[in-house]
Amino acid sequence: MKLIDKAKASSATPWVVGGALVALFAVLPFLNIMIPGVLPGPTYTPGTLQVLALCMLYSSLALSYHVIFSTAGLLSFGHALYFAVGAYGLGIVLQETEFELLPAIGLTIAAAIIIAGLIGAVSLRVTGISFAMVTLAFAQAGSVLVSRNSHITGGEEGLRLSIEHVPSFLIGVMNTRNLYWIALLLLIIVFLIVTWFERSRAGHVVVATRENELRVRVIGIRPFVVKHLAFVIGATLAAVVGMLYLLLQSGAAPRITTPDFTLTILVIVVLGGVGSRWGVVVGAIIYTILDQRLTTLSGSEIIQDLPAILRIPLSEPLFILGTLFILVVIFLPGGLAGVARRATVRSNPLREVEAQPDEVKQ
Amino acid sequence: MSTIVLLLVTGLGLGALYFLVASGLSLIYGLMDVLNFAHGSFLTIGAFAGYELSRLLGGDSWWTLIASMILGALVGALAATATELLLIRPLYKRLIEQVLVTVGLALASVALFEGIWGTDALFTQGPAFLSGTTEILGARIPNDRFLYIIVAALVLIGLIAFLKFTRYGLIIRAGVENRSMVTALGIDVRKAFTLVFAIGGAAAGLGGVLASHYFGYVSPQLGGTLLIFAFIVTVIGGLGSLAGAAIASVVVAVFQQFANFYLGGTGDLVVVLLLAGVLLVRPSGLLGKKA
Repeated sequence: MKLIDKAKASSATPWVVGGALVALFAVLPFLNIMIPGVLPGPTYTPGTLQVLALCMLYSSLALSYHVIFSTAGLLSFGHALYFAVGAYGLGIVLQETEFELLPAIGLTIAAAIIIAGLIGAVSLRVTGISFAMVTLAFAQAGSVLVSRNSHITGGEEGLRLSIEHVPSFLIGVMNTRNLYWIALLLLIIVFLIVTWFERSRAGHVVVATRENELRVRVIGIRPFVVKHLAFVIGATLAAVVGMLYLLLQSGAAPRITTPDFTLTILVIVVLGGVGSRWGVVVGAIIYTILDQRLTTLSGSEIIQDLPAILRIPLSEPLFILGTLFILVVIFLPGGLAGVARRATVRSNPLREVEAQPDEVKQ
Repeated sequence: MSTIVLLLVTGLGLGALYFLVASGLSLIYGLMDVLNFAHGSFLTIGAFAGYELSRLLGGDSWWTLIASMILGALVGALAATATELLLIRPLYKRLIEQVLVTVGLALASVALFEGIWGTDALFTQGPAFLSGTTEILGARIPNDRFLYIIVAALVLIGLIAFLKFTRYGLIIRAGVENRSMVTALGIDVRKAFTLVFAIGGAAAGLGGVLASHYFGYVSPQLGGTLLIFAFIVTVIGGLGSLAGAAIASVVVAVFQQFANFYLGGTGDLVVVLLLAGVLLVRPSGLLGKKA
C-alpha cells in the first residue's frame, strides 16, 4: 500500500508544479524579469508579453494536435486548416457581419465543428498514410480557397482584424497583457479538456483503438465514433486557438493555412514528446522562443560577419530548427518528455509503471 | 475541338511532371512504407543544379538542356542516396520516425535553398523551340509539353524495363509484394532500398529541371508545390503501383486543366474532390493492393 501511496504522491507532483508555474506566469506582467538571450525584454513590456502569449498559443495548438496524433494515433496533415478556420473564420465574420465579438466567436466555433465533422467523417473512412494524404488534400484545398478569394481573405497580404466590434480592452499594444492572460487561461482550459478527454471512457476507447483496432471491434465497440470524436475535439480546440491568434496578431496571414504550418505543429509535438501533455507544452514554448530568437540572431552582426558557408545556414531559422528536429528524432526518441522520463525513472523506478501507458507504440 | 485537344495535350504535359515525382514516391512507399516528404527537395535541388549549369553554359542550346537534365537527375539521385544512407537507414523499422525525419529534412532543405538562392523566383532560359507552338488539329500547343511527355514516357519505359528484366528489378517487385518473404529468402533488401531511393531521386531531379522550364522559373518552393499533387497522384493511383502512378498522373492533370478552363480556375479544388471521391469508392486507390 505504501508503494501505491508513494506512486500517487509522485503523480500529483506535476499538477502541483503546474499550479505554481501558472501562478508565476499569471503575475509575470507585474514583474520585471529579464532573461537576456531568451526574452526580448523585461517581462512587463508588451513585446515580451506578445512572445509569451504566442508561446501559450502554440502550446494550446500543439495540445489540440496531441489529441489527434498522440492520443488517437491519427497522423493528420491537415491540422492547420482548423486553426485557419478559427483565425480566418472569426476575422471574416467580424469583417462582413454586424455581430459582436462573442456571438461571432460562437458562430465560428459552430462552423469549425461542422467543417471538422464533415471532413473527419470522410477522411476516417481510410486509415494510415491514406488518411494523412486526405487530410493534407483538404487542408490544401482550404489554403487554395484562402489565396483565391482575396476580396474576403486579403490573399497574400493577409486578413486584418476589423476592430469595430471587438471590445477595447483587447486592442492596442498597451492591452497586450490582457491578451496574454487570456492566452494563459486558454492554455489551462485546453490542457484540462485534453486531460479530461484522455481520462474519459471515450478517451480510453480511443487509446485502445490506436493500439489494436481489431480487438476494440471484437468487444463490440465501433472505433469510428470515438476516432471521429477525438478528431472533432482536436480540430475545434485548434479553431478556438486560431481565434485568439487573430486577436493577438491583429490579423491572419496565409502562412497559417499551408501544409508547412501543420508540419510545424507536428515538429513541436515530436520535439516535446509524443504522448506527453507536459512535454508538448514545453516543446511549444522552446520552439516558439527558438524561432523568435533565431530570427533575431540571423540578422545580428555575429552571424553576418561569418564566412558564407556558415553564414547562410545559420541565418535561416527553419534550417536550424529542421536540423534540430532531425537530431531529436534520431537521438532522442520520445523527445524532451522522453529525456525527462528516463531521468526520473533512473532516480525513481516506480515512475516507470505509470510512464509506460503514455508512450505511443511505434 | 481545338480547345479540348489543347487541354488534353497540356494536361498530358503536366501529368508527365507529376509522374516523374510520383513514380519515385510510389516505389519508395511500396517497398519501404516510407512516405517521403523530402522528395520535393530532391526535385528542387535538381532544378537548381540544372539552372546553374544552364547559366554557366548559356541556356538556349539543346546540348545545355540535355546536360542540365542529366545533371539534375544525377544531383537528385545523389541527394536521395545520401538521405537514405544517413537518415533513413539508421531508423530502419521505425516507420513514424522515418517519415518525421523526411519532414525535418524537407523543412531544413527548403530553408537552406532560400539561404543560398534567395526566396525570389529565378527565371530559366531554354532552346527557342520550346517557347514556340505547334498546330495539331487546330490547337496551338506549346512545344515544351512534347518534351515533358517524351521524357516521362522514356522514364516510364525505362523503369518498367528495369523492374521486369533485371535482377534488382525483380527484388524490388518482390519486395513491394511481400518484403518479409524476400528477406526470409536471404536477399539483402536494404541494397534495394538505397537503389529505389536513388532511382526516385533521379526521376525527381529530372522532373525538377523540366518543371523549371514548365513554370519558367526555379524557386525553393518549387518542389513543395509539386509534391502535394504528387502525393495526391500517388494515393489515387494506389501506393506502390508504378502503372497506377502513371495513369493517375494523367487523369489528375487532365482533370485539373479542364476544371481550370471550364470551371473558372478551380483545378486544385477539383483534384482534392477527385481524391476524396476515389478514396471513398476505392480506399486502396485505382491499382493499389494495400490500403
